[in-house]
Amino acid sequence: MKVLAFGIAREIFGSATVEVAAGSASTAAELQDVLKLQYPRLAQLSSFMIAVNGEYAQPGTTINEGDEVAIIPPVSGG
Amino acid sequence: MIDIKISSEPLDVSSCIAWAMSPEAGGIDVFIGTVRNMTKGKQVVRLEFDAYEGMALKEMNKIAEDLCAKWPVTKVLIHHRAGVLSVGDIPVVIVVSAAHRAAAFDACRYAIDTLKETVPIWKKEVFEDGEQWVAAHP
Repeated sequence: MKVLAFGIAREIFGSATVEVAAGSASTAAELQDVLKLQYPRLAQLSSFMIAVNGEYAQPGTTINEGDEVAIIPPVSGG
Repeated sequence: MIDIKISSEPLDVSSCIAWAMSPEAGGIDVFIGTVRNMTKGKQVVRLEFDAYEGMALKEMNKIAEDLCAKWPVTKVLIHHRAGVLSVGDIPVVIVVSAAHRAAAFDACRYAIDTLKETVPIWKKEVFEDGEQWVAAHP
């Protein structure tokens, strides 16, 4: 599964996308856990959300093959 | 009517206001965000904006639709910059026109307050001796 990264997440990953093993996370909450294990610096952020197909995911939101998945660190627009 | 945009070019405040003009509107409220020169006593050199553009446009559109449902407004414009900005540059322009001023004021404030909470855009402050992503850490 490819995860898009923005802002500080892109710097933590060292790349605009990161690959997560298929099957290791089937929900947004599981993906957060997998990413925090792979990238401990994520756990130091104030928070971070997962977006699925351009919408904020709830913890139980299912991630399916082909979905556009992104990590959303704390936003700071304006 | 709603006009949403993320732009890598400078925002033109006059044309934003001109777009919101309408014979039905008795007032226009404008919020212009500008790049401040200091953060916590440190001189800001520049800001770098990153955006998840597709989702950001969706979230900006949601804000505009929400405020149209909450207040009797005529037109709503939300434009945001991407890229590198210097002190005094304009990262965001919000314009709301309405028949009466109370709706325009309230809706404009709702738009900027909500944008700062929900729209996936990030800014990095670059100082002379370092840099930080705003709001990233507690």
